[in-house]
Amino acid sequence: MTAEEWTAVRLSLLVAVTAMAASLPPGIAIAWLLARGRFWGKGLVDTIVHLPLIMPPVVTGYLLLILFGKRGPIGEFLAQFGIVFAFRWTGAALACAVMGFPLMVRAIRLSIEAVDTRLESAAGTLGANPLWVFATITLPLCLPGVIAGAILSFAKSMGEFGATITFVSNIPGETQTLPSAIYTFTQVPGGDAGALRLTLVSVAISMLALLGSELLARRIGARRVAT
Amino acid sequence: MSLEVDVEHTRGTFHLAARFTAQPGVTALFGRSGAGKSSLVDIVAGLVRPQRGRIVIDGQTLLDTERRLFVPRHRRRVGYVFQDSRLFPHLNVRQNLVYGRWFSRGAGGVAGDFGSIVELLGIGALIERRPDSLSGGEKQRVAIGRALLAHPKMLLMDEPLASLDEQRRAEILPYIERLRDIGVPILYVSHSVAEVARLATTVVILNAGTVTAVGPVLDILPLADANDGGSVLDAVVAGHDETFQLTRLTSPAGELQVPRLNAAAGSTVRAYIRSRDVMLSLQRPQEISALNVLSGKVAQISETGAQADVRLDCNGATLVARLTTKSVQRLALAPGRPVFAVIKSVSFERS
Repeated sequence: MTAEEWTAVRLSLLVAVTAMAASLPPGIAIAWLLARGRFWGKGLVDTIVHLPLIMPPVVTGYLLLILFGKRGPIGEFLAQFGIVFAFRWTGAALACAVMGFPLMVRAIRLSIEAVDTRLESAAGTLGANPLWVFATITLPLCLPGVIAGAILSFAKSMGEFGATITFVSNIPGETQTLPSAIYTFTQVPGGDAGALRLTLVSVAISMLALLGSELLARRIGARRVAT
Repeated sequence: MSLEVDVEHTRGTFHLAARFTAQPGVTALFGRSGAGKSSLVDIVAGLVRPQRGRIVIDGQTLLDTERRLFVPRHRRRVGYVFQDSRLFPHLNVRQNLVYGRWFSRGAGGVAGDFGSIVELLGIGALIERRPDSLSGGEKQRVAIGRALLAHPKMLLMDEPLASLDEQRRAEILPYIERLRDIGVPILYVSHSVAEVARLATTVVILNAGTVTAVGPVLDILPLADANDGGSVLDAVVAGHDETFQLTRLTSPAGELQVPRLNAAAGSTVRAYIRSRDVMLSLQRPQEISALNVLSGKVAQISETGAQADVRLDCNGATLVARLTTKSVQRLALAPGRPVFAVIKSVSFERS
């Protein structure tokens, strides 16, 4: 593999891990709100979270460009603090995080809903305030769902193409992730070999991620039934 | 410890309007399923917020809708033992036990350190086990320990024995009695007359969402269930007859022999005698198999259809016999008439 190809692999991993890690705290919070909260506008929140799943990725990318671009309202505001997304790898991570968010929230929400609320009220009567109840009861019990959600977000990020290329373009070394690099190879004569190499790398990473999540989930399961 | 409850709550078509004051000791909330017992306990624990009401434990107001006061569940300091134990599946027994203790450090309430509560409940051998490897009876004992170690001002027990078989119940009841005897205030929900008779100091009868009677167990329990009435006798264990596996009790009404109890001589117990297990005779019966014959006087006869409940005064203690109206006529029973009550030893509720 060429140095440029390695760069694309490294960048993709960086973008995917960043997107996953950054969306985990808000993902858990939103999932908890949707699973347990009772508030006005819950349906609206649910719809907004799911939008990236339904809209064409190019549309999501373009909306990000409008909002977070150099002259976008949010982009301009954040630029004052030195946070820039446009045409940077951080922008690629943002696009991937947004695209993976609905998948992550869905997985976590389902696992929070599966946690018995009677255990939570029992913890409440033992003196735990709602935050402690969440940290000591809800979170440990829905951990398999959190892991599943994180892996889904990571996998989605590894494969995200449309929103990323629309928002931050395809700059080698800065925003050229694996899918963009493969796409570039297919656009030039004689790029087939490179495209194939990167495809194999992509398949290997996906399988490793899946395997890792399986092992993790099994360890948690084993800990739970151990006597 | 005192508990004052006065609440009104409507959910769907069910209306709960309960008002009672409980004295120290075990207060039993007694009633059929669906009478609103569990809702009432949930309200006391703060799991359900009633539309109107006031709850005061030991002078501390936990709920007062008029003053818009609602103490959240985690600050109420009531130990709740649920029917379905609700142990945390991801924690082992030790971690379950100390869960509440961590949040209640420095607070008063029921005293008791880890070691003595573990010993009291006999769960020392289970400490490293996972909840799903415990039997139903073991789970409930751990749940009681977990509630106690949170240093509660009061224990709420919502039919803690309902999901257990007879043997497991017999295994746990002594532990609850011990708690009562060391002075832990308990609000105990049950629909079992035997349990209430054995444990309660005060009985609150709940019927379709309303309190129909409140008072000391000896006065209230006979009214508890019109279909299956009975009487409660306070008694002291006089000794055991090991040959025949019997226990001799002395009660104001006279000496009783009951199936062997697991209680030391000198300890006080309550015998619950079902009305339909009591036979009456005008003369002291000779040469009969029944071991218990008590003498008394007819105090009152209340007839309902073909049946009559005959209330006897046995040297100050009350005993009720359920007879047919035909028998009442045949023996010409009337208030003041001396009679002998015959009770088979096997018909005692082991309460």
